[in-house]
Amino acid sequence: MTDTQYVAPQTLDEAVGAFAAGGDDARILAGGTDLLVQMEAGVVSPGVIVDVKQVAELTTIEETADSGFVVGAAVSGAALEEHPRFGEVWPGVLEGFNLIGSTQIQGRASLGGNLCNGSPAADSVPAMVAAGAVATIQGPDGQRELPVEDIPTGPGSTCLAPGEILVSLTFPPRPAGSSDAYLRMIPRTEMDIAVVGVGVSLTIEDGVCTAARVGVGAVAPTVLLVEDAAKALIGSKLDDAALDAAAGACSAACNPIDDKRGTVAYRTKVAGVLLKRTTEIAAERAQGA
Amino acid sequence: MAKIHVTTKINGEPIEFLCDPSETMLDALRNELGLTGSKEGCGSGDCGACSITLDDRLVCSCLMLAAEAEGKEINTIEGMAEGENLHPLQEKFLEEAALQCGICTPGMLVAAKALLDQNPNPTETEVRFWLAGNLCRCTGYDKIIRAVLDTAAEMREAAQ
Amino acid sequence: MSESENKWIGKNTIRPDGADKVTGRAAFAADANMPGMIWGKVLRSPHAHAVIKGIDTSKAEALPGVKAVVTATDIIDFPVDTPVPLGIQDMRWMTRNVMAREKALFHGHPIAAVAAMSEAIAAEACKLIEVDYEVLPHAIEIDDALADDAPILHDFIEFDGKPSNIAGTLEHTKGDVEAGFAEADVIIERDFTTRPVHQGYIEPHACLVSVAPDDKTTIWSSSQGQFMVRAMTALLTGIPQSSIRAIPAEIGGGFGGKTIVYLETLATILAKKSGLPVKMVMTREEVMRASGPTSGSKSTVKIGAKKDGTITAAEGFYWLQAGGLPGSPIRGAAGCALAPYDIPNGHTFGYDVVCNRSKVAVYRAPGAPIGAFGVECVLDELAEELGMDPLDLRLKNAAKEGTKAVHGPTYPVMGYAESLEAAKVHDHYKAPLGPNQGRGVASGFWFNAGGESSAQVNITEDGNVVVTTGHPDIGGSRAGIANICAELLGIDYRRVSVLIGDTATVGFSNLTGGSRVLFASSMVVTESTNNVIGTLCELAAKIWDIDPEAVTWENGEARPAGANAGQFPPLTLEELAARANETGGPIGAGSQLNTAGAEGGFGTHICDVEVDQELGIVRVLRYTVLQDVGRAVHPAYVEGQMQGGAVQAIGWALNEEYVYDKDGRVDNPGFLDYRMPVASDMPMIDTYIIEIPNPKHPQGVRGVGEVPLVPGLAAVRNAIYDALGIRFNSLPMSPPVILDARNRKEAAE
Repeated sequence: MTDTQYVAPQTLDEAVGAFAAGGDDARILAGGTDLLVQMEAGVVSPGVIVDVKQVAELTTIEETADSGFVVGAAVSGAALEEHPRFGEVWPGVLEGFNLIGSTQIQGRASLGGNLCNGSPAADSVPAMVAAGAVATIQGPDGQRELPVEDIPTGPGSTCLAPGEILVSLTFPPRPAGSSDAYLRMIPRTEMDIAVVGVGVSLTIEDGVCTAARVGVGAVAPTVLLVEDAAKALIGSKLDDAALDAAAGACSAACNPIDDKRGTVAYRTKVAGVLLKRTTEIAAERAQGA
Repeated sequence: MAKIHVTTKINGEPIEFLCDPSETMLDALRNELGLTGSKEGCGSGDCGACSITLDDRLVCSCLMLAAEAEGKEINTIEGMAEGENLHPLQEKFLEEAALQCGICTPGMLVAAKALLDQNPNPTETEVRFWLAGNLCRCTGYDKIIRAVLDTAAEMREAAQ
Repeated sequence: MSESENKWIGKNTIRPDGADKVTGRAAFAADANMPGMIWGKVLRSPHAHAVIKGIDTSKAEALPGVKAVVTATDIIDFPVDTPVPLGIQDMRWMTRNVMAREKALFHGHPIAAVAAMSEAIAAEACKLIEVDYEVLPHAIEIDDALADDAPILHDFIEFDGKPSNIAGTLEHTKGDVEAGFAEADVIIERDFTTRPVHQGYIEPHACLVSVAPDDKTTIWSSSQGQFMVRAMTALLTGIPQSSIRAIPAEIGGGFGGKTIVYLETLATILAKKSGLPVKMVMTREEVMRASGPTSGSKSTVKIGAKKDGTITAAEGFYWLQAGGLPGSPIRGAAGCALAPYDIPNGHTFGYDVVCNRSKVAVYRAPGAPIGAFGVECVLDELAEELGMDPLDLRLKNAAKEGTKAVHGPTYPVMGYAESLEAAKVHDHYKAPLGPNQGRGVASGFWFNAGGESSAQVNITEDGNVVVTTGHPDIGGSRAGIANICAELLGIDYRRVSVLIGDTATVGFSNLTGGSRVLFASSMVVTESTNNVIGTLCELAAKIWDIDPEAVTWENGEARPAGANAGQFPPLTLEELAARANETGGPIGAGSQLNTAGAEGGFGTHICDVEVDQELGIVRVLRYTVLQDVGRAVHPAYVEGQMQGGAVQAIGWALNEEYVYDKDGRVDNPGFLDYRMPVASDMPMIDTYIIEIPNPKHPQGVRGVGEVPLVPGLAAVRNAIYDALGIRFNSLPMSPPVILDARNRKEAAE
C-alpha cells in the first residue's frame, strides 16, 4: 500500500514546490475526473496529490484588454460556460470543453486536466489547437509558454518536465469575422469518448476565408494540427471544392488505430465528414459575428 | 497513513470528519458519515448514482476527494426534503412512477434539482442532456423526464 | 368485477416504499454495515483459460490485518457426473462459477477470496496469493468454440461421441417441416448473429454476512430471491437452510442477473472462518467481467409461405454461448422464436455452447429476444417479397386461442392479434416519415411463469393491514399488491403496508423472475386476504350473535346480510380489530401456493429511426410498445416495464457489446465503453396497454416485464432497413457497421 499525502497549496510557488518535491509519484488534482478514475482502477497510486484549486492563477478567467482570454488551467467547464463573454468569442472551444462527460463531470473537469491527461481523444484539445491557444507552464526553473499542440507527446504523456504545472491557457485576440466550432463523433449522444473530434477556427472577410486552423482528435497518438486542411480553406469562399479538399487533407492526416471505439477506416472517413460540418458551423458563426 | 481532518457543511449542518487522503467523498459520505443515500454504481463518473452538489455545483462524489470538502458546502439526497415535506421533484417522482428499482433515484433527483435550480423552464432536450450522466436501466427514462418537466411546470406555476 | 367498480386496481397509487426510495433511506445491500465488520475481496483469474495447478495463500494469510482466505477447497464440490438441479441452475456449475475449481474458465473467474480489516488490505492480500497456472488456448466466439481444433473447456462434455464444447441441445417439433416447405411459394432463409449483452443493473452485487459460532448465518444481499440465496449458500457451504437467514436488501436492478449467487457463498465462508461479519461489494469492472451477461448467438431461420401469406413451415437453429459453464437459455430462444404464430409445421433446435466468457445469467426473457430476432427479420423480408404489410403478414399467421404452439402448449384466450390490430390503427404507424428515416415493426413472446409463492396478511390492532410477501420488489410490485389487497378489503390503499419478508419470516417463495411476481404473489395475497375477510365476518357474526354465513364484507366493513340485513350497524375493520381480543384473538392469514396458469405474453413494437448516412449513426425518433398485459393492476408501473424493456432492446440493437482483446479479456468493462442508452439517446416511449384478462388469475394478471425486450431488436433492425435499404443480420448495428455497409452498398450501385 502506498501512503498518499494530500496538499492544497495556496500559491503557485507552493504548488510547484510541493509538486516538484513529490517527484514521480506526485499528481496534480484539478477536477480529478481522470485522476480519481485512474486511482480507482489502481492504475496510479500517487505519493502526493497536489490540489491546485486554491491557487488563483489556475482558477480565474481573465479577459485581456485586447479581448483575448487567459483561462486558469483548473477552471471547470461549468464555470467557463457561465462566463459572460468567453462563449461568445470562443464558442467552439467552449462546446468542445462542455462535451467532456456529463453535467457532473462539467462541474469539475478542466481544460488543463483535459490537456495534461494526454488523451488523443480529449474533446477540448482540438478546439484549443484550432484556436491557437498557448499554454503557460510554471516549473521549478521558472515559466515558459508553449502552443497547445506541442504539449501532448503521445497517449497519456506530455512534454511537461518534472515539477512543471500547467497554469493557464491564453486565447489570442479575435479579428472581426472570426469564430470557431467543434464537433465529435460518438456512438451515443453523450457520455462517450470521441471516436473522432474536429475543431475549426476561422476568419472570414467579405465572404473569403482569410485565416483558418484545424485541430483533429482521436485519429493519431496526439491531437493533430492539420495545416493542409487549413490551407485548403484559406483564400476560398468555403465552397464545396474547398471543403472537399480540406476534408481530403483531414482524412489524409489521420493515422488512427483500430480499437474498441472505432476502426481505422471509420475514423479516417469520419474525420473528413466532420471537418466539413464543423467548418460550416464555424463559418456561419463567423459571418454572424 | 495519517487521516485528514475536514471541516465542512453537509445539508446545511456544520460537520467535521476524518478521512484518508485518497478517500473519495462518496466513501466518506457512506462509510464515515452514514449518508448512504448516495450510491456507487461505477466509481468512474459514468453513472451519476453518487451525484451531490459541491458549492451548488453538480458533481460525482466518487470523483472527488473527501479532503476537498474542506470549507465547502455539500448537499446530498438526504438534505433534499425539508423536514417531513418532500421536494416537489420527490413528490412527482412518486406520483408518476419515475422510479422502479430506485438505485439511480437519489442521484437522479439531486441532478434534476440542480437543473431546476438554475433553469426553471427546461425543454425536454435540455432535461435529457442534463441527465445524460445519470444512468437508469429500469425506466427507459420516459417517466423520469416527464416527472422533471411536470415538476418544473408546477414549480413555475406555484412561483407566480 | 367491472372496471368502474374498482377503486384501486388499475389506479396509479403511490408505492409503499416510495418515500424511502426518494429520500435515500431505502437500504440496498451495500448500505448495510455491522459492528466489527471486515471486508472481503476476490482474486480473479488473469487468464481466459488455464489449469490451476496450485494456489499458495500463505503470504496473504501472513499479511497483518488479514482474517481469512478462501479457495475452492473450502466450498462444497459437486462432481461433474451427477446433476444437482436447483431451479434452472445446476449446482455442479454453480460451485465452479463462484470459485474456479479445476480450471479458470474466463478472465475474471474467482480464484480465491480474502477478508481483511479494510478493503485495501484485502486487495493487497489478493496480490500476495501465488497461483500456478498452466495457460491454455481460449475460445471466445461460438465459431472458435465449435472449430475442429477448438480448445475443449470440459473434458467430461461429449457431443456426437467425442469431446465437444456443445454442452446440451433442445428441440421442438410440430408437423412435418419438409412437407411444409414443399407447399410454400416463397421461402426465405437467413443467418443471424447477436452479441452477448449485460443486464446492466446500476447496483453492483453486494452482500454482508455474519456467521455465529453455532453456524447461525445472516445474509443481507442484493438478489432476486432470498430463498435462492439461502438454498445455494446452504448447498455450497454445508450449513443447513434452517441456520441461514437470508434478508433481501432493496435491490438496485437485476433483470435476471441476480438470480444466482456470486459473493454470498464466499462471504459466508470468510465470515465463518474469521468469526467476523464480512462485507463484499463488486466493482463495476468485476460486474462486467465476471457476472453473467446473456448469450451471444448465431442462428439460421427459414420460413416458407404461400402467396397469400400463409406460413406453411418455419425452422430455426440456434447456437447460444453459455460462457465457461453450461446453461445458456436455449429454451427461451428455441421455445419463444415461433411462439407468436400459428404454424402447421415448425422445428426449432438449440445448442448450448461453452466458451471462455463469464457464465451467462438470466436476462429478461432469457433467449427469447435471440429467438425472435431472426424470425421477425425473416418475416419482414417475407412481407416485402409477398407485397404485404408486415403487420398484415403477422396478423394472417397470428396465434390465437386454441393455437397449438410449436413449443408445445395450446393457447388459452390471449391478445396477440389485438396488439397487431392496435398497431395498424395507431397514429404512429400512419405518421409520415422524412428523408433518411424508416419504420419497422416486430413482435415477441415470453412464457411467463408461476411457481411457489407465500404471503401473510395481518390486521394490526388499530385496523390497518400489513402484507408480507417473499419476492424482492424490483420494479414496484409492492404497489400492485397494495392495490389488490386494498381493493379486496375495501379500504384506502394507504392503510396497507407491503413488506418483503426474509427467509425466516415468510414462507418459501421462488425467485423474482419470469415475470411471475405480481401474477403469483397476488394469488397468495388474494387467498390470504379473502381468508382474513372470512375471519372478519366470523368475528362480526360473533358480536352480532348471528350465523357467519349471514355476514357480508363490503367497503371495508362487515354488514349483516340476508334475513339479518339492516338489523345491526356495520362493523368497520378498525372496530373489528379493536375487539379482536374479545372475539377470538389475532386476525391474519397466510397462504402458500405453487401457482399455475401464468399464460404467455405477447407484444408488438413500432420503431422509427433516422440514419446519419455520413456517420452511420442511428437515432430512434419514435417508439411504441403495444402489449396484452392481462390486467394492469398499477398501470404506471406496467408502462414502466414496457418502456424499460424497449430501451434495453434498443441498446442491444444499436451499441451494446463486449469487446475482447486477443488474450480473451474484456476490453470495455465499464459504463464508459459498454454503451447502454443514456437519457439523451431516447425519445419518449409510447405505450398501448391491451387488457385481455388471464382467465386463470383472480385479477386477470399476466406477466408483463419480459415481453417488452423481445420484439425490440428486430423492430429497430427493420426500421433501419426501411431507412437505408440494407438488411443487417448481425448486432449491434453500431456506427462503423452501418457506415461500412452503406459504403459497400453505394460502391455496388
